[in-house]
Amino acid sequence: MLYDIGLTITYSYAPTSGPGRHLLRLMPATLPGRQRLVAGRLAVEPRPAEERRWTDFWGNAVTEVAFAGGHAQERFRLSARVEVTAAPPALDLSAPLARLGAELAAQRSLGPAAPHHFLGPSDRVRPWAGATDYARALLGPDMTTLAIVQAVGQALHRDMRFDAQATTVDTDPAEAFARRRGVCQDFSQIMIACLRGLGIPAGYVSGFLRTTPPPGRARLAGADAMHAWVRAWCGVETGWVDYDPTNAVMPGADHIVVAQGRDYADVAPVRGILRLAAAAVTTQAVDVLPLP
Amino acid sequence: MGGAAQQTGGRWAALLARYAPMPGVADELMDPAGRVRPVWHGLLDHLAARSPAEVDAQIARGEHYLRDAGVFTRLYSSKDETERAWPLSPVPVILPERDWTHIAEGLRQRADLLEAVVRDLYGPGRLVAEGHLPAALVAGSPEWLRPLVGAEPRGGHFLHLLAFELGRSPDGGWFVLGDRTQAPSGAGFALENRVATSRVFSDLYPEANVERLAPFFRRFRDALNGLRADDDSRVGILTPGPMNDTYYEHAYIARYLGFMLLQGDDMVVQDGRLMVRTVAGPRPVSVLWRRLDAAFADPLELDAASRLGTPGLVGAIRAGQVGMVNALGAGVVEARALMAFLPRLAPLLTGAPLRLPNIATWWCGQAAERDYVARNAGRMMIGPAHSNRLFFEEQAGHRHDRPLADWLEAEGAALVAQEAVALSTTPVWDGGALVPRPMSLRVFLARTPDGWAVMPGGYARIGQGGETTAVTMQAGGRVADVWVVADAPVAAETMVPPTAAFRRSEVSILPARAADNLFWLGRYVERVEAVVRLLRAYHLRLAETDRGERPLLTRLAGFLALQGVAVEAPLAAVLAPRVAAARACAGQVRDRFSIDGWLALTDLGQAVATLDSPGATGSEAARRLGQILRQIAGFSGLVHENMYRFTGWRFLTLGRALERANAMAWTLAEFADPAMPDGALDLAVEVGDSLMTHRRRYAVATTRDTVVDLLALDERNPRAILYQLDLVRDLVDRLPGQGADGQLTPLARRVLKVQTDLAVADPGTLDTAALQALRARTDEIATLLARAYLT
Repeated sequence: MLYDIGLTITYSYAPTSGPGRHLLRLMPATLPGRQRLVAGRLAVEPRPAEERRWTDFWGNAVTEVAFAGGHAQERFRLSARVEVTAAPPALDLSAPLARLGAELAAQRSLGPAAPHHFLGPSDRVRPWAGATDYARALLGPDMTTLAIVQAVGQALHRDMRFDAQATTVDTDPAEAFARRRGVCQDFSQIMIACLRGLGIPAGYVSGFLRTTPPPGRARLAGADAMHAWVRAWCGVETGWVDYDPTNAVMPGADHIVVAQGRDYADVAPVRGILRLAAAAVTTQAVDVLPLP
Repeated sequence: MGGAAQQTGGRWAALLARYAPMPGVADELMDPAGRVRPVWHGLLDHLAARSPAEVDAQIARGEHYLRDAGVFTRLYSSKDETERAWPLSPVPVILPERDWTHIAEGLRQRADLLEAVVRDLYGPGRLVAEGHLPAALVAGSPEWLRPLVGAEPRGGHFLHLLAFELGRSPDGGWFVLGDRTQAPSGAGFALENRVATSRVFSDLYPEANVERLAPFFRRFRDALNGLRADDDSRVGILTPGPMNDTYYEHAYIARYLGFMLLQGDDMVVQDGRLMVRTVAGPRPVSVLWRRLDAAFADPLELDAASRLGTPGLVGAIRAGQVGMVNALGAGVVEARALMAFLPRLAPLLTGAPLRLPNIATWWCGQAAERDYVARNAGRMMIGPAHSNRLFFEEQAGHRHDRPLADWLEAEGAALVAQEAVALSTTPVWDGGALVPRPMSLRVFLARTPDGWAVMPGGYARIGQGGETTAVTMQAGGRVADVWVVADAPVAAETMVPPTAAFRRSEVSILPARAADNLFWLGRYVERVEAVVRLLRAYHLRLAETDRGERPLLTRLAGFLALQGVAVEAPLAAVLAPRVAAARACAGQVRDRFSIDGWLALTDLGQAVATLDSPGATGSEAARRLGQILRQIAGFSGLVHENMYRFTGWRFLTLGRALERANAMAWTLAEFADPAMPDGALDLAVEVGDSLMTHRRRYAVATTRDTVVDLLALDERNPRAILYQLDLVRDLVDRLPGQGADGQLTPLARRVLKVQTDLAVADPGTLDTAALQALRARTDEIATLLARAYLT
């Protein structure tokens, strides 16, 4: 499947912004066998005083920009063409939970895909007893890790309500969980806490959803802004598997990956210090259109 | 031990009457047979030759020094701003040189080992790949900073300044209790310990063959200067700021070594280079000795919530533009869990077993270790694996809300167990005699081009009671100097190398934030003085005026109210916050500010806090306010007589001059107004401290013309507006970037215009409206100054 993606993020400042430096993680990734960035362009207004591209620890593409200040508006405009290959559903050969710990301990790597990064607390997700207990109650005898991942995701989809007004980008997952409301970021970070509480390494994926559904299918929630979902490590054999708890689906051809990390803090689309920017207003507009 | 006194022929009997080391622990003063070790003989003879009262008098000399030097620490367990005196135990710990040689060799090896581990963890990752270190341990460390993985440190090394905590075990051997690689503190306090202790024992110290500390600092300073990119760039000390518990030390060491003291927002990254924002524009910094934990250093790539950092710093480090002392992320090797692995890593990475053992440690992330800990928990302390605290600083063994085995099973990877070892004891002075107290050493190592330099002594921590596993300063423990005593006389050394030719060192550059604080310090102190003068005038008249006939008093009270002062409020309530504001500014620039000036401000704060007592209004209040005025004059005198005319002094003086000009314009606008009641002109002259001058110059009673002439237009009266504006003009002309190419800057142009307009004015044209306009114009000057230099 081939997509044309358009994203515009606008920050407005009143009266004007001071000097600022931002890290932008907006460019869709190339993931061999799954996704290929055919072409992409990120336009920044006003023209930044400095602009630099680099790759972060996790392998995400970063654009770093610095502004001198004195502007009333910043605009980041992404246009990209991406080819996505949906993997066929595979047999569940993942490790049972009881064996996962031993498989994990045998992993002698600290590379970006090493599961060890994704087990302990991270900036935004600190596992708490409520999440662990919730997840543990879903366990059945001899469930595989993958089955547990799906069970937790489905349970959250059932028990949580999608509500864009209930939380902000800085809401703690425990608080969103207590209210059983939130957006894709909350669903994903809660699910990550649940899985880590069970001893399953889990990380955060940011990306896009196709805006208009294929004929006969419902529109996916979260398609009008950047989206987020979860990936979990299911043992040596199966490795990493993605799951979208907001829509209770295994991501396929409709999900386009931008960045991967431990939680939102690692992959925030725009990160940076906004000096004197108390009155910053953000708008986001997304279009993800399949090409015929 | 009574036996000790007998064996020494009784000459120390009184001193040692209560000195009884506990069985089963080592003692620094006495060997296991109860004999005093030879290195202590000189000190004991010195003490024994004096009466307890004489010794107390000597100790008081050390305490005076610390108080006069303003040495303090902040209690970091609490949120408040309590500062407390540095808790020095005057009796040093004395160690023979051969002990020290052994310690130094062991620690040099350990420093090389830690460097090799850090290098691997941020580079090839061989230790994890080959199974020498568990991946889960490293990945779980909050100090393993992923944005720094792969970044080669400028100068080639990760570690430059290290501290190690050491104890002596019951068998007499030394062992390492903890490693400090993040941002070790205490080196500056070691110097203060030394100065204070050498004052206490001023007769003994010069003859006692004690190894000097200064050469260590000189070598470290030279090493840091050697790390710079070029001679144009600077070395800075990065501090979290005055709220940090060791800020005093940061300011002290900056002053001692001649480095800039910087906070995160003093700096900015431009095109990959780190620059300090100074009053003369951005200047490069290529070496940062950080006293800030790494996570706070860059909100862009590390802790996003940090307000203490510099956005883009990590990028500048990756680009090789900044040398960090120590590298960001070096804290990963100070986690105590690592001590479980260092004995095995030493042969692998240094080719030899550890020369100095470390405290027995078990990381509970592995099943075999977990079981062992569960079986032997009774003689262990269990706590967080990634903490760098020492085992005796832990509050409790383990949490009792569930069985130990469950706790270890559930959170094993986050836990570590350490053997609870007894520490040796050392003498402290207690009511005329010596008593034994537990102690640990802190030893500093600095990387130099010739290898690791070891600071010979300087810092020991002394426990409070007889309990030999409880040594914490926070809980009331103390600190002592450590003397390493050589067999031969040592050369007295200071920071200045003996062979160096005379050289006038370059004037240091002034960060914009420091200039801003100095400017406001000048303003705030002047503001305190103005309010005190007005209040004194009020209370003098309150004493003299009949009730019901005091329109001038009412106007004065109203004028004070405009400045936020309620005349009926307690004086302390009015003045204390104003002095505190001045002190807060001074606290931000302690490295640039004389110790006497700081103490004068501290004294002023204490004086205003105790101004009030029942019934102290009227003439009694006026008398006390007069005392405060004299104290403020004392502060101003210290600053203006003693402060070198650096750029910083100019900003301080500009603040004072603009504030004084503004306040005088306001006072005249109010009390020289024709509509004012009788006595207003005299009041203005009194507030302007110009009674005598007026009498001499005019030989007539006050009129509006004489008063305005004297207080606004007289260029020779230091209280007059014109005098202050002349001063402002002169100071601005000497600021960086002024008059460089013959062009007036907007600031200089405005100052010239305001000053010239006033110089040609006469009392008749300078009416109330004109005075109010003059106030506004001084505010404009302050705004232009801030825009050009202070932001």
